Amino acid sequence: MSSTFDTVANIIAETCDIPRETIKPESHAINDLGIDSLDFLDIAFAIDKAFGIKLPLEQWTQEVNDGKATTEQYFVLDNLCARIDGLVAAKGA
Amino acid sequence: MRLEYFQLIDRIVALDLDARTVKAQAKIPPTSTIFEGHFPGHPLMPGVLLIETMAQTSGWLIIGLTKFERMAFLASVREAKLRAFVSPGQDLTITARIVHEGSGFTITKAAIEVSGKVVAESELTFRLTPFPDPNLRAGMRLVAAAIDFPDPQ
Repeated sequence: MSSTFDTVANIIAETCDIPRETIKPESHAINDLGIDSLDFLDIAFAIDKAFGIKLPLEQWTQEVNDGKATTEQYFVLDNLCARIDGLVAAKGA
Repeated sequence: MRLEYFQLIDRIVALDLDARTVKAQAKIPPTSTIFEGHFPGHPLMPGVLLIETMAQTSGWLIIGLTKFERMAFLASVREAKLRAFVSPGQDLTITARIVHEGSGFTITKAAIEVSGKVVAESELTFRLTPFPDPNLRAGMRLVAAAIDFPDPQ
């Protein structure tokens, strides 16, 4: 069974045509990988489907815009994967 | 279909919010300056307008689901297929269904039929935002009334 990171990295590689080997747990999806908001919708769609969750993108965006969170908290892949794991766990609870 | 106003749907004939489907009808006008250029001597409904027709139909489904709280803006077009020529005067039946409802975005699959034959289809992604201007929301309500959209209030 592949890890959350492997699944997410594969989704990003396939969706955005980014070489898989350049995608690291410490990569920032926007700043390091150059993923824009439209491409991130495709990634969110694939993540939602793969994990049976709904990434709360609107809430995250609002929190960043309000200065209550940083983009690193949501878009560094390690952090993103931790949040995915949290959503999956909450779904099963 | 009022091409000059970019109003490409004549009537919503079925809206099922539980099944997340919509069906609309539209008649392509027999004449338009668009057909003078596209193409001289061989008038065809432009494919981009067929895609827009599917987008507008999907948009009404999304507006119905969000009860006029969100506007749907077309963000991407995937797997668009224009399977047959569509000519002035033809009647279109447009259907759309929700594929995915994400956070701030929705994906639909839509198709257009002429005389029971699929002539166009696509998967469409929309960004959903609160109406950026109250006049837009009011304007959409006017269009909704004109096309028999069953207003969910």
